[in-house]
Amino acid sequence: MYTFSNKLRLGSFIAMGLGFIFLVIGFMSAPSTVEEAKAMVAVHDDGHGGGHAEAAESHGEEQGHGAEAAHGEEHDTSHDEHLLSQLQNRPWSALYVAAFFFFMIALGVLAFYAIQRAAQAGWSPLLFRVMEGITAYLVPGGIIVFVILLLSVLHMNHMFVWMDPEVVAHDELLQGKAGYLNPTFFLIRAAIFLGGWIFYRQYSRKLSLAQDESDDDSNFIKNFRWSAGFLVFYLVTESMMSWDWIMSVDPHWFSTLFGWYVFASMFVSGITVIAMVTVYLKSKGYLEQVNNSHIHDLAKFMFGISIFWTYLWFAQFMLIWYADIPEEVTYYVARFQDYKLPFFGMLVMNFVFPLLVLMNSDYKRINWFVIMTGIVVLFGHYLDIFNMIMPATVGDQWFIGLPEIGGILFFGGLFVFWVFTALTKAPLQPKRNPFIEESRHFHY
Amino acid sequence: MASKVIQALYNDDDVLMHAVKKVRAEHHHIEEVYTPFPVHGLDKAMGLADTRIAITSFLYGCLGLTVAVVMMNFIMIEDWPQDIGGKPSFSYLENMPAFVPIMFELTVFFAAHLMVITFYLRSRMWPFKKAENPDKRTTDDHFLMELGVHDNENELADLLWETGAVEVKVTEKES
Repeated sequence: MYTFSNKLRLGSFIAMGLGFIFLVIGFMSAPSTVEEAKAMVAVHDDGHGGGHAEAAESHGEEQGHGAEAAHGEEHDTSHDEHLLSQLQNRPWSALYVAAFFFFMIALGVLAFYAIQRAAQAGWSPLLFRVMEGITAYLVPGGIIVFVILLLSVLHMNHMFVWMDPEVVAHDELLQGKAGYLNPTFFLIRAAIFLGGWIFYRQYSRKLSLAQDESDDDSNFIKNFRWSAGFLVFYLVTESMMSWDWIMSVDPHWFSTLFGWYVFASMFVSGITVIAMVTVYLKSKGYLEQVNNSHIHDLAKFMFGISIFWTYLWFAQFMLIWYADIPEEVTYYVARFQDYKLPFFGMLVMNFVFPLLVLMNSDYKRINWFVIMTGIVVLFGHYLDIFNMIMPATVGDQWFIGLPEIGGILFFGGLFVFWVFTALTKAPLQPKRNPFIEESRHFHY
Repeated sequence: MASKVIQALYNDDDVLMHAVKKVRAEHHHIEEVYTPFPVHGLDKAMGLADTRIAITSFLYGCLGLTVAVVMMNFIMIEDWPQDIGGKPSFSYLENMPAFVPIMFELTVFFAAHLMVITFYLRSRMWPFKKAENPDKRTTDDHFLMELGVHDNENELADLLWETGAVEVKVTEKES
């Protein structure tokens, strides 16, 4: 049985506390009036800010900011109302990106776990308890994301402009989509997705623990069937989740492979976290039976799925770049203009770095190498989510400051606390999994 | 020059693996093992040096990438610039996304094909080469281990029978 080390527990509490303080400061310092917003911008970027203020005076404030936000970058009427909502969105977006990122890790691990179960993989049963520990975060993480979405529906923030009836009233495209993209149906869908994922996670965990105590393989077989069924449900709902929770922040823009693209991101982040937690537990003397071939396999997955992610990222980018249709290409124009560093930085961290570092077979077996690469890959995929959400919600007012770092610290701390608490609940090595012998002798 | 070798046939890869380990533990030099399919971990058990084919693969991939860049630059930018979809090809860098699939494919193409050719040459296999395997059954369901004989024929034969060989024979081999 694993015991949660006090040092790690304390660390997770400190991270949560610091993150919470940073987030509160972020929310407190968000402007509540147009004047404050203008003052903030004027202070933050002199030279540019002056122009903003002048333009604002002449434009007046006759339009509601909702209509403005919907039309995004193209309009500059009531420019400062827009600026205000961007600055108000910033702490919310920082909260949402971090909450979603850590939730997505748990969901990616759940998909990986279900694949191992459905494929009846022989190499991985030794790692099942680690995966089950990580997916435990699905419950609090999912509830937090749901609450943030609920608060958005209640107009506590303006991340999802299509939730504003004022905006929809002036937007024919959104009216056309309203049958699908309306707050009630949105919440119902979110509840169905989360309900299904959490149900599978809890039930599969129950069967997995029951298998340890039973004297036949019936639990194992049941788990196999549920996992196969879950994968079908997951592939559909994950794709719809990505349209709902991420793509709809840009309600006019759409991409048909967006679901896959988000999936690749969550899959590689999840596998990376499995590898990191495994290496950590091994370094503390647990998981004696896990050998470096298991680490090698996980690192191979990190390498392969990183390239898969790049493939999808590029497939999405190239078609839009080549076709150059205005309504599609605005998505990338915003990112090229205002998000150069996070956008290209993410490509280096998620593609070039793992490609060069993990290419050599021997390096995939070196524990500290896997950890260092994992940290870079995780930051890269945080940036990926950042680039998906921020351009639509805060525009060119992005910055990685207190609320963003606070979000990472808070949810990172919560994630570590929850995952390692879950790991203490059951023996780290499954006793009666029929493939456990194969997994123990796994050797490459 | 002809040399004397002893050949042991096995009909199971697990038995073969154990035999290889045992023979190596007795400090005999295994000259070659012939198998109908790749046996996982046999190279390590035989103590063969790690393959360097991965390094050649990386180099061939770099070569393929270079060829793709140079080729597309010549075809699309220098020799015959066209205006495709409102993107006049005046600069390689600005049109680069369109060339990425070609860069990717040629990298894979060069790495894969040249690696296979390298592998064949390194294994000294080329068209019309006389087959080297001493027993046709190694292409079907038998495994053959070959050891050099240095005046210890009987000792070796006993050892090989002990390891579960289904047949042991001593022959002269041209080298």
